[in-house]
Amino acid sequence: MAERHFAPDVPELRERWGAFAWDAKHAPRAAEILARYPEGRKASAVMPLLDLAQRQVGEETGTQGWLPIPVIEFVAAECAMPPMRALEVASFYTMYNLVPVGRYHIQLCGTTPCMLRGSDDVLAACESRGIKKGYTTPDGLFTLTEVECLGACANAPMVQINDDNYEDLTADSMGAVIDALAKGEPVKKGPQIDRQTSCPEDGPTSLKKMAERNYDYRPQWNAAHAGTDA
Amino acid sequence: MGFTGPLADKDRIFTNLYGFQSPDLKTAQARGDWDGTKALMAIGQDAIIDVVKASGLRGRGGAGFPTGMKWGFMPKEPKPGKPNFLVINADESEPGSCKDREILRHDPHKLVEGALIAGFAMRARASYIYVRGEFIEEAAALERAVKEAYAAGLLGKNAAGSGYDFDLFVHRGAGAYICGEETAMLESLEGKQGRPRLKPPFPAGAGLYGCPTTVNNVESIAVVPTILRRGAAWFAGFGNPKNEGTKLFQISGHVNRPCVVEESMSIPFRELIDRHCGGIRGGWDNLLAVIPGGSSVPLVPAAEITDAPMDFDGLKALGSGLGTAAVIVMDKSTDIVRAISRISYFYKHESCGQCTPCREGTGWMWRIMERLRDGDAPVEMIDRLHDVTKQIEGHTICALGDAAAWPIQGLIKHFRPELERRIVERNRGKMLEAAE
Repeated sequence: MAERHFAPDVPELRERWGAFAWDAKHAPRAAEILARYPEGRKASAVMPLLDLAQRQVGEETGTQGWLPIPVIEFVAAECAMPPMRALEVASFYTMYNLVPVGRYHIQLCGTTPCMLRGSDDVLAACESRGIKKGYTTPDGLFTLTEVECLGACANAPMVQINDDNYEDLTADSMGAVIDALAKGEPVKKGPQIDRQTSCPEDGPTSLKKMAERNYDYRPQWNAAHAGTDA
Repeated sequence: MGFTGPLADKDRIFTNLYGFQSPDLKTAQARGDWDGTKALMAIGQDAIIDVVKASGLRGRGGAGFPTGMKWGFMPKEPKPGKPNFLVINADESEPGSCKDREILRHDPHKLVEGALIAGFAMRARASYIYVRGEFIEEAAALERAVKEAYAAGLLGKNAAGSGYDFDLFVHRGAGAYICGEETAMLESLEGKQGRPRLKPPFPAGAGLYGCPTTVNNVESIAVVPTILRRGAAWFAGFGNPKNEGTKLFQISGHVNRPCVVEESMSIPFRELIDRHCGGIRGGWDNLLAVIPGGSSVPLVPAAEITDAPMDFDGLKALGSGLGTAAVIVMDKSTDIVRAISRISYFYKHESCGQCTPCREGTGWMWRIMERLRDGDAPVEMIDRLHDVTKQIEGHTICALGDAAAWPIQGLIKHFRPELERRIVERNRGKMLEAAE
């Protein structure tokens, strides 16, 4: 089990976050989320609403966002559930940041498929820039967390930074991504090599026509078996 | 039928797998999605279930349970106040697995259409798709597809002109592997910690909100419209008996070109790798072992896997499994003990903590694995470790305990000499130090 701890519930925290409520941007989204679940089942909305609250905190603080206890209590009230139940949920799921994080939260996958493809090198590229696992850099720019499999194994090794994946990394390309983010320059998302998503690196071995146009294979459905007509 | 050769493009279901083309409704329709959905549904609910049964489709989420049979467990006439639910498992988190991701972001309309048809067949009026939290772009793409479908009258009241009312919602998780277990997923959907429930009752009796529920994997649902269009016999024409169909394989690790690809079930391992991945890094002689179905299944050494058919029963015969068809390839440069130890760490991290054997056992196994990496243990520790895996296996509410035990059992079964070598070498090193 992952060890997770809430930020201490001190008066300063209450003062800063005690009045948390949806802002104009997030209120409609919150209403939309609550409408997805049946009558009397508002508790089902707790996970998406915690995520939404974390995002709003992120926008207010210029970071990826986190969940101070008063914010969790606000979400619990929105979901008509006891605060304790919401705290249980917040502490159980690893995507809820229970303490402040930096502007860019680097979630580095270190599970076996990424490990086999060189996640050690990717980690070393972070560390060589002073970004240490489990810490936020003093300038508040980067937080590094080693996470478990992010489900992009055919594009390993990879990291997720805030909402975006950076895949097919090397120490060099990871370094380049970090440097660009630090300078505020635009960065290419997805594979960092010349590759279309999870297609084989030097071009498709199947469905080659799809690479050219939106091909409709239906007319061939009843044709006799024709081998690999790539 | 048996394996009849690699899949032809015309027989691939997920034609936009790589996202070369747009996932939007119009473009998807031009590829054949939502083509005559009303007529597909008009054959009737039980007839749809019969087609799925006849197609031989087995659940694509790992367990391989026959999909049509699972649907048949749902009440045919839901009681008032106890509606049937369909929950679609898009909590793709098994290390090695990355197929549902491609469906969600590149071919979402296959899933949305499949949800309507499957939901209709099992008399569900609403369905939730539970997408893992980290799939942010993927969930957004799926939400766009759902919105498009509503706007086009393909979901909601009189969905696709079928006369059937059906709602579909996207629900995002927040980073917990265990929520891929079906009852943990239901707990999570209800707004709780994702802790698996004791079975029985099974979800088809009492699932989401205590109502009859079926949980299916994304791929299982997304292939259904094409099966109905082309017929059960077409789908059943691929692969060995009881292992029929096409399948998304995800190849990671030490191949020249890792990728996701749809192939015929039962394709031999060597053909899969040579055809789509450019072979093993450093050549076939450099292959050490393969984890053929995601981190939960035991590894298979090179000699046994090379000509094995990639299907449920073929891999079961090797003491492993197809799982999600997440093929993790390891060449001879791999520190095999570390590779498995990292999987042990994964299960330690992801144990929900509900059952003592798993909560305590996963951590204990990982710590011993870390010692074995350096040979820092007496030789008897290998047997002790094996004994502990046996005490965890089968003694927990859900299969996470089993999944944590099996990779280690596979390692001990096939690589015991390597574990012993490390212990002997470390001891020799210590003796030399003492002698100096």
